[in-house]
Amino acid sequence: MKHIRPAIVMILMMTVLTGLAYPLAITGIAQLVFPWQANGSLIRRDGTVIGSALIGQNFSTNRYFHGRPSATTGPDPKDPSKTVAAPYNAANSGGSNLGPTSKDLVQHVQVRAAALAAQNPGTPIPVDLVTSSASGLDPDITPAGALFQVPRVAKARGLPQGEVRRLVEARITPRLFGVIGEPHVNVLKLNLALDALPRH
Amino acid sequence: MMGYTTFNGWVQIGLFAVLVVLITKPIGGYMTRVFAGERTALSPVIRPLERATYWLCGVDEAAEQHWVAYAIAMLAFSFVGFVVLYAIQRLQGLLPLNPQGFGAESTDLSFNTSVSFVTNTNWQSYVPEQTMSYLTQMIGLTVHNFVSAATGIALAIALIRGFARRSAQTIGNFWVDLTRCVLYILLPASIVAALFFVWQGMPQDLSAYTNATTLEGARQIIAQGPVASQEAIKMLGTNGGGFFNANSAHPFENPTALTNLVQMLLIFSLGAGLTNVFGRMVGNQRQGWAIFAVMFLLFAAGVATVYPVESQGNPAFATLHVDQAPSTLQAGGNMVGKEVRFGIANSALFTTVTTDASCGAVNNMHDSLLPLAGAVPMVNIMLGEIIFGGVGSGLYGMLLFVIVAMFIAGLMVGRTPEYLGKKLEAKEVKMAMLAILILPLSILGFTALAVVLPVGTAAMNNAGPHGFSEALYAYTSATGNNGSAFAGLSANVPFWNDTLGLAMFLGRFMMIVPMLAIAGSLARKKIVPASLGTFPTTSPLFVGLVIGVILITGGLIFFPAVALGPIVEHYALLHGTLY
Repeated sequence: MKHIRPAIVMILMMTVLTGLAYPLAITGIAQLVFPWQANGSLIRRDGTVIGSALIGQNFSTNRYFHGRPSATTGPDPKDPSKTVAAPYNAANSGGSNLGPTSKDLVQHVQVRAAALAAQNPGTPIPVDLVTSSASGLDPDITPAGALFQVPRVAKARGLPQGEVRRLVEARITPRLFGVIGEPHVNVLKLNLALDALPRH
Repeated sequence: MMGYTTFNGWVQIGLFAVLVVLITKPIGGYMTRVFAGERTALSPVIRPLERATYWLCGVDEAAEQHWVAYAIAMLAFSFVGFVVLYAIQRLQGLLPLNPQGFGAESTDLSFNTSVSFVTNTNWQSYVPEQTMSYLTQMIGLTVHNFVSAATGIALAIALIRGFARRSAQTIGNFWVDLTRCVLYILLPASIVAALFFVWQGMPQDLSAYTNATTLEGARQIIAQGPVASQEAIKMLGTNGGGFFNANSAHPFENPTALTNLVQMLLIFSLGAGLTNVFGRMVGNQRQGWAIFAVMFLLFAAGVATVYPVESQGNPAFATLHVDQAPSTLQAGGNMVGKEVRFGIANSALFTTVTTDASCGAVNNMHDSLLPLAGAVPMVNIMLGEIIFGGVGSGLYGMLLFVIVAMFIAGLMVGRTPEYLGKKLEAKEVKMAMLAILILPLSILGFTALAVVLPVGTAAMNNAGPHGFSEALYAYTSATGNNGSAFAGLSANVPFWNDTLGLAMFLGRFMMIVPMLAIAGSLARKKIVPASLGTFPTTSPLFVGLVIGVILITGGLIFFPAVALGPIVEHYALLHGTLY
């Protein structure tokens, strides 16, 4: 019986200390020192929030670079008890969870690869463009994945391919200290830069 | 076999390994001082708080406990924690700090989640950003991230005392060990890590989810919240329960390659440090380094398997004109369920680290790993997560294997086995085997049940051997208190929530109680002076023997099950069979 009091009081103390004081103190400091990051690295254009620098969003028109396939889902607007595909649903992250011997996986990749091959015939398709990411919100594509899309975007915008290619190359984030991580291109930031180009 | 691995990939893996070696000794030194009650640099700030805790709890700091009292205190604390956490989830709809207006959780989900967080498993049957209010994440889940980790570490310290003391009746005081661990170790380190994470881009706010209008004019709701504060202790305490469904693959939960590196280091830091604590407390740091060597070699073997396998990519894509080869412009490899910023090397490393330890955080989706790569995390957990391991549980799990190994060595030479001068007799060996055998009993028993019941197979996301692997992984993860998943499994239904909850409970407490019995029994023994016939337990021979016992025990028990899942699937993939 002598363990009952410490067990109850200890849980309450730890709740106050690690469940309230700690996260609230971190929130306070974070909001003071790193307010942009602490609120989700939001990007505004003309006063409205257009997304987060860290969260991928769905691009489907030819005028923009596309991110990776996303396996996220959302409620069906017609019947909320069912779920339907909702790419880049940033309130329901996740991957496809298809295993390597899944027929569905291979079929998805085949369909995506066929669509991409039509845009840029003869060029091997970078694997990141045909595979869904772990989070469904991957903000990045590989440099190969971005360069692959240059002909399509340049044509849709009536820009010379060289100019679009240079824009991509300037936006490649290299490995940290040349060693850590993988080179990548943030799709949202690349598309914002594309929109900011002077019109011809 | 090196496949498409790159020089840079191995350099990144090597860099991580070197950092683990470098942090072990300083962390071990600090932890040893904390648990001995010695003064540390943080004492002026923390000591008053520590004394206030004992006063409020009615605990006498100087009074030590017999192993039975230590075990009862631990069980009472876990039980009260379980009840409070269950209540918070059931009452969620009535409580504040709930900007998304989430209602109460179901009874089976609340049960599963409560067991999950109290046992340091952090299996998640739910989608956090669609289920858990900020308050539940903070006062429910974050709290147990701290205290379940502190409980594990306290237990490891108690077992070490068993080895270090002679003719003693007590093995420490659970309340004191728990309090010191949270106040001096977990909390200060979490504060530093959390602020670092925010700097790198992790959110830390209490506002409702953001409504964005995308460049193409669509609406995007962006989930956020007090992420960084939970993330720090999630990794440091080898808890692994994500703030978001995608866990450490979510860009808010692991924004950069640097946060990824730090998260992996946090997972291993205390487990590695404890090997040094062990060495210091038994009076010879080389004893700790011998244990460290066993762990390190098994870790290296794991990552040296996952990385080459994953770098080769999926052979089923070979005819689809898809480029899976690495180059300066892409990482290549099997990018299904992976993030571009991490690529293959950092995903393979994270997968190995999170299942060596009982963390269970993921930065890529294990369900989509190639078959032999997916077998590695499963085997890591089946071996008992003793490779640095869960905080505390890794060390006590490893010491159980050491006892068995020394018993076998004793049988071979016909001498009473001993370790660190303690005679290992029938009681210790029986208890060690009891603790070790709970793993196969729960993992294989529940998996067999799930694959013959329609309610079990209905939850599987993949057909063929991969579906079996999903069930096997789930019970492996739950019993091993890991919490990672082949996440395609739709486990948020009563059958899975209840059986997985039971598996987590068995895997945690059925291992702890025999382990504490060993601690109590060892503490009472005298120390036999070393002689010429004593087996040297700091030698490479010892390291090899322990590795052999671990692999033979794990291999013999689990090989048939692994053969039915990942190994069958591997040959199916080579043969071009899809399901």
